[in-house]
Amino acid sequence: MLGIEDKWVALAYLLCLAASALCITYGLLRWNQGDEPVEEADQRWAEHETRESEEL
Amino acid sequence: MMFAQVDFWDLAWVLLYLAAVGYLGWLGYSHTKNATDYLVAGRKVHPFIMAMSYGATFISTSAIVGFGGVAGLFGMSLLWLTFFNIFAGIFVAFIVLGGPTRRMGHRLDAHTFPELMGRRFESRFIQVLAGLIIFCVMPLYAAAVLIGGTEFMATAFGLDYNTALFVFAVVTGVYVFFGGLKGVLYTDTFQGVIMTVGMLILLIWAYVSVGGVVTGHTELTAMKDQAFVGFKKIGHQGWTSMPQFGWGKPDYNLWWIVVSTLVMGVGIGVLAQPQLVLRFLTVKSGRELNRALVYGGTFILLMTGVAFTVGALSNIYFFKREKVVGRILSREEAKVIAKKEPGQKPATVPCVLLHVDTTGSGKADTHLVERGIDTAGPDGKTIPWSKLMPQAQITPLPDGRAEILPRSSSFTRAVVPAGPDWVFNPDSIIPTYITAAMPRWFKVVFLLTLLAAAMSTMSSQCHTLGSAIGHDVFEQLSGREKPGQPPPQATGDKRTIPVEFANSGRSDSAAQKSNRTIVIVRAGIVVGLLLAVTFAYFTRGGYIIARATAIFFGLCASAFLPAFVGGLFFRRITKAGAISSMVVGLVVTGFWLVFVKEAEAGAIGLVRLVTGGPNSILANYPNWPVVDPLFVALPLSALTALVVSLFTRPPADTHLAKCFGAGSS
Repeated sequence: MLGIEDKWVALAYLLCLAASALCITYGLLRWNQGDEPVEEADQRWAEHETRESEEL
Repeated sequence: MMFAQVDFWDLAWVLLYLAAVGYLGWLGYSHTKNATDYLVAGRKVHPFIMAMSYGATFISTSAIVGFGGVAGLFGMSLLWLTFFNIFAGIFVAFIVLGGPTRRMGHRLDAHTFPELMGRRFESRFIQVLAGLIIFCVMPLYAAAVLIGGTEFMATAFGLDYNTALFVFAVVTGVYVFFGGLKGVLYTDTFQGVIMTVGMLILLIWAYVSVGGVVTGHTELTAMKDQAFVGFKKIGHQGWTSMPQFGWGKPDYNLWWIVVSTLVMGVGIGVLAQPQLVLRFLTVKSGRELNRALVYGGTFILLMTGVAFTVGALSNIYFFKREKVVGRILSREEAKVIAKKEPGQKPATVPCVLLHVDTTGSGKADTHLVERGIDTAGPDGKTIPWSKLMPQAQITPLPDGRAEILPRSSSFTRAVVPAGPDWVFNPDSIIPTYITAAMPRWFKVVFLLTLLAAAMSTMSSQCHTLGSAIGHDVFEQLSGREKPGQPPPQATGDKRTIPVEFANSGRSDSAAQKSNRTIVIVRAGIVVGLLLAVTFAYFTRGGYIIARATAIFFGLCASAFLPAFVGGLFFRRITKAGAISSMVVGLVVTGFWLVFVKEAEAGAIGLVRLVTGGPNSILANYPNWPVVDPLFVALPLSALTALVVSLFTRPPADTHLAKCFGAGSS
């Protein structure tokens, strides 16, 4: 298949493309899903992170 | 002349690239455009930027040069690693681990991977242990990244290895210290785009030059007899076939090397990479992760998928298409090292080497095998190297030069000097292919690709390494931080934060942080970089890039993965279970590397010192000496987490509420 002798290697070749296609399809289908409001814990974490980064 | 093959335009493009990175870094500082700044402002990072940043951190010169070279040796079976990179490293990581990591990290106010683990399990020991593991082993991975860039500079621009290492280390080191640590998203994204362009050109060029996808694969399949005889002995069956599978005979060693170390070790290890886990903390919500999947899945395919495919296809070029035109300066009978194992006599191949000047500089810049030399083996029988090795075809030209068809495989074409010796160096395969097969302008494009890959990965490595020793080890041991003391939490969906926390941030925050911590972080980075450079200086050959990377990834998987995943998803995992799991993962991996895994045990030398003989205590039991520690350590580590947790007291409900949110059960 595809000029590749071993079916296991051909399978890996196709699975690479399939996994990439899965990522693209899943991402597009759920493009607008999963949004969450920024909560205080998120902001507090980000402020601390920024401060530590500045110090560094 | 040291820089004989570097011209004005090479330097100009590199300087332009560095100027662009510097400008984007400055933009990042002046406009506060790193990921956390977005979060502070309650805004989202564009998914393209998030994915490129993650991808540029994930993929380094190690994957492109190191593992690409291994594909040149062992073939397209390496594509299983690409599949794991995309499926586990992107899909599972983003969809399964990303959201819970971000939510728990923010609830516990964790800023490093060890801190997340320490706070989840209310254990200072866990945080310190994880920090020490990262600090001690991360330099190995950083060295792999450095070697990848160094090998390319040495081959493509005619620099000697040590000079190339110095230049590459200085450029990346300066970047890390002057802006790289901040992880400015613009620069990461710019670097990711350069990598994408470079690898896309490489893919198209490589397939077009072999007549297309199916034609190229068919041609590669037909050349399986050209594989190096040493690889055939351990199970090589061609570049489009899996190695021979089985157990108990040396004929199956290659299958276990490819599958247990290169595919599983790295493919699973990616899920517990401290520097990658941190990226999830900077994301606003699951929606950004969903969107980033689109770009991330494509990016990784273009990186490792292209590198591994081109690495394998390079055999066609070297065997059938390469023509070297130049002046043969000398012929040399040499024993070229094919395999070097510490404490053992190196496996060498007696060859006649041609040293060729292709640029007219008067200095040999290309080294080729002209033919093998028959020699008597240990049993007295003649080894017909003249038939087993490539036989270069040489046609003299009227101007005194010669046209040489090397007729090599990728392995036998990658001959490089190493001190007084000559070695077949798998890490030189991709650089040699780029230099020989691609147009000259692409050398600069590829150098920028590798610089981008190295700089983006090394900046995050250094950040993680410095934080590990300063924040996770020093602060914990000096009592400045209180593990398992996350900020107060939450009632219901909307958390309520007491005034003192809302105003002051973490309880000791920046105001109380000792300057000594910062000094230790920076010193840790310097020490880590020096260790990486030292390792890169002393180690060359034997696909060291891939092996060093696999050790780091495998250790992370065995020591961290069960506790990390358990901590994210299972309330019943206890502090004792997590500690036991980490210790078992670490100890078993360490034991395996010191006593069993032949290549690493040989480098350490303890078994040889005690027995005076082989490098592995299981040397007489094939295929154990080539099985990766992960195969043993990860199941034991996971089992330990499970069993110990079942027999120890569960965490308090109040703590679980802090970790998982008060509304969850």
